[in-house]
Amino acid sequence: MGMMPSPYGTQLPYEEKDTKVVGTNPTERPDAADKVTGRARYAADINLPGQLVGKVLRSPHAHANIRSIDTSKAEALEGVKAVVTRDDFPDLPVQIASGGEIMINFRDVTRNMMAREKTLYDGHPVAAVAATSENIAKAALKLIEVDYEVLPHVIDVVDAMAPDAPLLNEEQFTKGIDPAPDKPSNIAARMVAKLGDVEAGFKAADLVIEREFNTKAVHQGYIEPHASIGNYTEGGNAEVFTSTQGHYMNRAQTAKVLGMEISRIKVTPAELGGGFGGKNLIYLEPLAIQLSKKSQRPVKMAMTRDEVFRSTGPTSGTNITIKIGMTKDGRMTAAEAELNYQAGCFPGSSLPLCMPTAFTRYEIENVLVVGHDVICNRPRVAAYRAPGAPMIAFGVETVIDELAEELKIDPIEIRLINAAKEGTQTHFGPKLGPIGYVETLERARAHDHMKTKLGPNQGRGIATAFWNTLGMETSATININQDGSASLIYGTVDVAGGMRAAYAQMAAEELGIPFEKIRAQQSDTAGLGFNFPTVGSRGTAAGGMAVVKAARDAIARMCQVAARIWEVEEDEVVWEDGAARPASANVGEFEPLSLAEIAAKAGFMGGTIAGHAEINVTGGGPAFSTHVVDVEVDRETGLVKVLRYTIIQDAGKAIFPDFVKAQFHGAAVQGIGLALNEEYIYNDKGVMENPGFLDYRVPVASDVPNISTEIVEVPNPLHPYGVRGVGEVSIIPPLAVISNAIYDAVGIRLRDHPMSPPKVLKALDDAAMKEAAE
Amino acid sequence: MYELRYEEPATLDAAIGLIAAEAGDVRILAGGTDVLVQMHTDMIEPALLVNIKQIDEMRSIEKDGGGYRFGAAVTGMEMVNHPEFGTDWPGVLDGVKLIGSIQIKGRATVAGNLCNASPAADAVPPMMTAGAIAHVVGPNGARDIPVAEFTTGPGQTALKKGEIVVSFSLPERAPRSGDAYLRFTPRTEMDIAVVGVAINLTLDDGGTCTEAAVALGAVAEKALMVEAAGAALVGSKLDDAAMDNLAAAASNACRPIDDKRGTKEFRIKVAGVLAKRAAAIAATRAGA
Amino acid sequence: MKKTHVSTTINGDEFDFLCEPTQTLLDVLRDELQMTGTKEGCATGDCGACSVTLDGTLVCACLVLGLEASGKEIETIEGMADGDELHPLQRKFIEHVALQCGICTPGLLVAARSLLDVNPDPTEEEVRYWLAGNICRCTGYHNIVTAVIDAAQEMRGT
Repeated sequence: MGMMPSPYGTQLPYEEKDTKVVGTNPTERPDAADKVTGRARYAADINLPGQLVGKVLRSPHAHANIRSIDTSKAEALEGVKAVVTRDDFPDLPVQIASGGEIMINFRDVTRNMMAREKTLYDGHPVAAVAATSENIAKAALKLIEVDYEVLPHVIDVVDAMAPDAPLLNEEQFTKGIDPAPDKPSNIAARMVAKLGDVEAGFKAADLVIEREFNTKAVHQGYIEPHASIGNYTEGGNAEVFTSTQGHYMNRAQTAKVLGMEISRIKVTPAELGGGFGGKNLIYLEPLAIQLSKKSQRPVKMAMTRDEVFRSTGPTSGTNITIKIGMTKDGRMTAAEAELNYQAGCFPGSSLPLCMPTAFTRYEIENVLVVGHDVICNRPRVAAYRAPGAPMIAFGVETVIDELAEELKIDPIEIRLINAAKEGTQTHFGPKLGPIGYVETLERARAHDHMKTKLGPNQGRGIATAFWNTLGMETSATININQDGSASLIYGTVDVAGGMRAAYAQMAAEELGIPFEKIRAQQSDTAGLGFNFPTVGSRGTAAGGMAVVKAARDAIARMCQVAARIWEVEEDEVVWEDGAARPASANVGEFEPLSLAEIAAKAGFMGGTIAGHAEINVTGGGPAFSTHVVDVEVDRETGLVKVLRYTIIQDAGKAIFPDFVKAQFHGAAVQGIGLALNEEYIYNDKGVMENPGFLDYRVPVASDVPNISTEIVEVPNPLHPYGVRGVGEVSIIPPLAVISNAIYDAVGIRLRDHPMSPPKVLKALDDAAMKEAAE
Repeated sequence: MYELRYEEPATLDAAIGLIAAEAGDVRILAGGTDVLVQMHTDMIEPALLVNIKQIDEMRSIEKDGGGYRFGAAVTGMEMVNHPEFGTDWPGVLDGVKLIGSIQIKGRATVAGNLCNASPAADAVPPMMTAGAIAHVVGPNGARDIPVAEFTTGPGQTALKKGEIVVSFSLPERAPRSGDAYLRFTPRTEMDIAVVGVAINLTLDDGGTCTEAAVALGAVAEKALMVEAAGAALVGSKLDDAAMDNLAAAASNACRPIDDKRGTKEFRIKVAGVLAKRAAAIAATRAGA
Repeated sequence: MKKTHVSTTINGDEFDFLCEPTQTLLDVLRDELQMTGTKEGCATGDCGACSVTLDGTLVCACLVLGLEASGKEIETIEGMADGDELHPLQRKFIEHVALQCGICTPGLLVAARSLLDVNPDPTEEEVRYWLAGNICRCTGYHNIVTAVIDAAQEMRGT
């Protein structure tokens, strides 16, 4: 998505068949026992002998030139073993590459890791120290003297786009404008996606509604702060244990900013305590390695919660305009979106990924989507679960609701009238294959939720979402052990704990052996070929594709060994029900050979058995969801309570169904938090005011109800088990669905996020005054 | 480099002595749910931390005549779990319950909540309307401070240098009395109050209010006793007109700020709304 | 800073350690005793990931000083299973997919056990309000509530 698919990509087609292991809920989930006993090892749980404690000095200013840095007093403090600044890292030329789901520029990567000429946000790293205790490290930071020249700053996306806004980068001229501008700008790029002719389309409409929306930045809010341990050993090699969603990309970026060869660094991803897209970029790894190099000891660095909020990557704050035209019988004739996204202090917001989602639920001939990637004095954004898409849906799905109301058409009906189907031409290039959007709408309409009676000040909302499934480079290996058990080595980080079970299920299904006979294990960077980070819901889909291919590769090898044992041709051996068997009675009367029997002889017959896959998965797996929510609004305080929530989502095929539903729950509750209370609050100095869980308000257990879920299965034809990515889709509707429900409850439409009580109350009061005046 | 001295005096006298002898910043460690956070976030760097939890007179909660006396080291959960306290003073307990999560209440104390003197502190308004008295001891002896006069500004109290709170007293309950504390927060739990309202009232046999005390939290630089709001209820049967007057008096008394938790206008409006709701609950509890 | 020697009991075993006065019980568990089952999510008492019990009371370890552990009885996640037999809450969490990334799980389990100690038959609302001090970002809480209620039922023998 947003990247050119390789013409050499792998797509293993879907096979309709009865499955024994896929589609069930494994009783022994591989990661779970260690997690419930506290034995699972997350990055901060790992300790190396002789390690030092590393800490980062961060700029207190939103925007400032660095005149000088004096670390001499810190270096002289007893217990301090190393100090690093910009002087310890090479300056890098401009070089663009994909880093996770967001395009990055290495000149920017190194500056995000450690400021060079200037600091660009409150929390920007300026120096780092390694010391023998945390207290000494903290004292050392206080002894570093930085001479800042404070500059005017700009925080909000609309302000940053203004022609007289303070500029972060005097060398930045907006890309995508012809002729190229000669005045620098905070607008890094203008992107356009087009289909048909929107002007003609709007002329053909009986009703056109245009609305503007504003959303604040939000954070992924993972409970595990970032942590990394770097160990630079004599001989120029480094090992890193870290919290990451993609250790290969992490290694590549770390190597680049340190000026080291990739093969010199080994990155081991620890068990991950939540990422949601926020653990794709490098933060502490190069600092830890460089400190280790200078101190000749391992260096452990862990962020505080304050640092996580201020200095990692929240999602974009946005300013969005949506315009949709319809005929009076509810057919969309044209749709337009202007998406102004702040990327933080370096360009590279998620626009290339979320622009394709704008109107893809609908079959429209005329579409125009224009995006502006804008920089401002805030931390560089990272992906957050369907990055950028919830905000667009906030606009599109509420405008559709307004159109439905004016045209007196039911909100589900109006979506069915326009629903995308197999063959629909999207506005980002491809035509859609078989999809389950209509199914999710129809199941929502028939759901018991819709029959529940609503009381006073209660309302119901509908909203829908689309997100694609990313593929990219994926590698896996299956080793067949002498006792017939199988070791499955995967490289796509299991970010939530369910992927490794799903991999083992698919491998068990392919090999025809019980689930318990397969042990899925995460590889470090040394043990497997490159794996793209776990983003874009690609974990089970693309990771699974590699596992299936590796399993089939192992099966071919086992059949070869069986053929050698039986002294027959390889094509006379088939694999069925967990054993090699003669393809027919003509081949000969041979007893089936199990994995254990083949593995025992494999060495003599040519070598131990392993199956490999090093592929680039292409094709995607468009996934759709319909959400229904009931809310109750307290008219006197503006408090919005979520009463009932239903999710219906097409998973293609659920490998581990209970886990798929759990993913729906989690995404929706993040979406509820996003919709109602979460936001980055900055003061007039450009300093973040709420960098903690007290005032950055994520939902707690008593804030949300139980969530009803239904899985629709329209198999993805491009995946052997029909899998579509599930993790991201359900964070997209909540903003819109809650806004629609609030309107249904008390007649006000909120277009300013978050829909927190002061905003709701003010809107109610304004509406009451307006009514009184009329 | 920063050095912190930590002490666990066995007696009240020893504690007073330690505090008096320290020239630098002294902090009392009761529950620690404010002090340790402030230390961790580098807001304070005390020279001396005095743990008071092992001092006998700080630890008990008991009936004292018809009222209660509870020590400065009594935790929120101990008050929640007390068999009778919540029946007599449900409004004070409302405030205590809202100080924080179960984990926070496992350590947090009313004394700490009061001495930290956040304008939004949840235990303060209902302790004010209850007419609670703080028993304080210092280098110059013991004295009493009415809780209604205890907090004087954000982070500021009426305590003089070297004084610490030892215990609180709550008076005997008049019959047909009830109190309640309500607060507004965007989430159901875990938030700091955006507005807090405490009401303590007494009804006569006919259901007429004979006494009422109203205190507001989070709407000024300290918690406020609002005489006019209490007066609006006295002599009434809490009818609509009286409730409207109560709400107006509550709103008028607010002098809030805009901050990351709420706007001025929101706080002013919601103070009135919560005052009515708290009065209704207090009246029900009084046996209306 | 100067270190003090402390003796304490954790999960029934006696431990000795040295700690600075500013180190919290959470720091001590993780850094001095290598008992890393208790997690740091915020270090300010806002997330509950560091939940332990102290003399039977549910607390955040980040809000207790290491020095305050002297002579106390502490229970952490490491003491929840009985040898290799998981506690019913642990089993039910797995069965009901009440954990995904698992970082909040130790704190949640300790908090849930603490609830069932005082209220063996909680309603859904009681479970949600007791666990409000434990933030989870992955599960949306639905399966956690199901798991706690199911474990409670098994523990009551009904």
